[in-house]
Amino acid sequence: MTSQLYLSGVSKSFDGFKAINNLSLVIDKGELRAVIGPNGAGKTTMMDIITGKTKPDGGEVFWNEKVDLTRLDEADTARLGVGRKFQKPTVIETLSVADNIELALKADRGVLANLLARKTPAQSAEIDRLLELVRLTDERARPAADLSHGQKQWLEIGMLLAQDPELLLVDEPAAGMTDAETMRTADLLRDIAGERSVIVVEHDMHFVQALNCKVTVLHQGHVLAEGSLAHVSADPQVVEVYLGR
Amino acid sequence: MLRRLIDTRMGLFLAVLFVVTVAVPVGNLVMAGQPVPSYVVALLGKYMTYALLAVALDLVWGYCGILSLGHGAFFALGGYAMGMHLMREIGTRGVYGDPVLPDFMVFLNWEELPWFWLGFDSFWFAMAMVMLVPGALAFVFGWFAFRSRVTGVYLSIITQAMTYALMLAFFRNEMGFGGNNGLTDFKDILGYDLQADQTRAGLFVAAAIALAAGLLVARYITTSKLGKVLVAVRDAESRTRFLGYRVEGFKLFVFVVSAMMAGIAGAIYTPLVGIINPGEFSPANSIEIVIWVALGGRGTLVGAAIGAIIVALSRTLLTSWFPELWLFVLGGMFILVTLVLPHGVLGAVEQGLRKFRRRRPLVEN
Repeated sequence: MTSQLYLSGVSKSFDGFKAINNLSLVIDKGELRAVIGPNGAGKTTMMDIITGKTKPDGGEVFWNEKVDLTRLDEADTARLGVGRKFQKPTVIETLSVADNIELALKADRGVLANLLARKTPAQSAEIDRLLELVRLTDERARPAADLSHGQKQWLEIGMLLAQDPELLLVDEPAAGMTDAETMRTADLLRDIAGERSVIVVEHDMHFVQALNCKVTVLHQGHVLAEGSLAHVSADPQVVEVYLGR
Repeated sequence: MLRRLIDTRMGLFLAVLFVVTVAVPVGNLVMAGQPVPSYVVALLGKYMTYALLAVALDLVWGYCGILSLGHGAFFALGGYAMGMHLMREIGTRGVYGDPVLPDFMVFLNWEELPWFWLGFDSFWFAMAMVMLVPGALAFVFGWFAFRSRVTGVYLSIITQAMTYALMLAFFRNEMGFGGNNGLTDFKDILGYDLQADQTRAGLFVAAAIALAAGLLVARYITTSKLGKVLVAVRDAESRTRFLGYRVEGFKLFVFVVSAMMAGIAGAIYTPLVGIINPGEFSPANSIEIVIWVALGGRGTLVGAAIGAIIVALSRTLLTSWFPELWLFVLGGMFILVTLVLPHGVLGAVEQGLRKFRRRRPLVEN
């Protein structure tokens, strides 16, 4: 089995503060992985490094065992197949819901190609399918600003899927969702995994439980424990720094 | 395609523009008693060039969020390129009668034409420079600024510094652009006497056509998929990067197109007013363009053009009635619009018209 993502000995400090400290992590192709950890554990910085937003001070980050992600920027990694969902839902507020999906659809990202682009029937159909999937068909013509918080989360997930990524980085998808929506999100992510690799950063333990996958606990920028949720929950160190509080 | 470009607001504006473009020359040249005086033709032509400049700024600011406080520089560079051609056209009719050197160079005891004046005797070369010089400056400036991810107020400040630096440079006689006095005393354009009513009317029509063309080009860009990417950059730049769009390329494209449009506006402005001088680079001019766009309605194109015309018209009227009040009125207009009409005059009018209809997105798709 080849790895989708391989991090080894990665470090990054900001003004002396070690956000990531000798972090090593391997995600297999098609794997669903939950990453948990207290605030400041380095979860967001880890995602910034994977997507090329932040350059690490040291260590290796490899994609498919051959592409060095530390040399790429956000647009490069996105084109390579990394899709990222932010903690705070980030959609393009003044564009319509359907246009948000259209911009995310996998297509030529060049300037001229976009100036001359025409929406193909296949693309229209794909937009319809994704809107159906994230239950926003009725809202398609409304500006994204009009959506509720939970709907924006869903729209962003829809945009992520429209990119057709190999790896999804999902930052606290359940924040601001009702219990029913949270469970539906967990179902969706489980469905996606297998075909694509998924890393979910989450605080909500019920949600992590529903994901039913391998869990990585981050603490002070490195991996504290790894295994099933039951396994890491039983780890005394984890209990001390995180779960026990 | 036509339906995509011409929505109700664009259609109405172009219809009014067409009527004015026909009526003004007819009133000036054909009708007995000359109901439209010649100075009004030049004045309206000047308004049109301002309107085109406003559309250029709206393209980058309204749609892509690049608040340029230096767009006057691109306008002035276009104006200077045209001015250089008009200077060469003077030929032996200058005060010193030198067949090659413009008067100011003879006055400065220059022996020969500087290399960067070569070629400007050709109208078409000058026309190419009208677009290429502002375009090249925008490209180089944008290349460095956008790649370094300079955004927001920092970008605005360096655009302001850019136009200020150019103003200081153009004030110097050594630069070879007439220093303080700029370029003036033009005689004719393409063989037509610039003092003749027919020529003035021709320039007026040229300004109107350029405005219409500028609006349609800008509309083509903003209604394309690229236009949606621009809005995405404006509203959520980081998100757009994570979608795989190389944001700096899109910014650079629209900034260069906008600078060229501003250059064309400046090129028509110069023969209409008969002079181009370094004052056009003044930072205050560039800030005023922002006021036009905000007042008319940012992100609407047509609104920007209307805003420019409203401000220019008010200035003409007020500076003749109460000259000392003008700057207070301009400042007051800006504050009023910011506080009361967040979507500008056009936004307020349209909102009034569709008060009972369902809310629609600000940017039409």
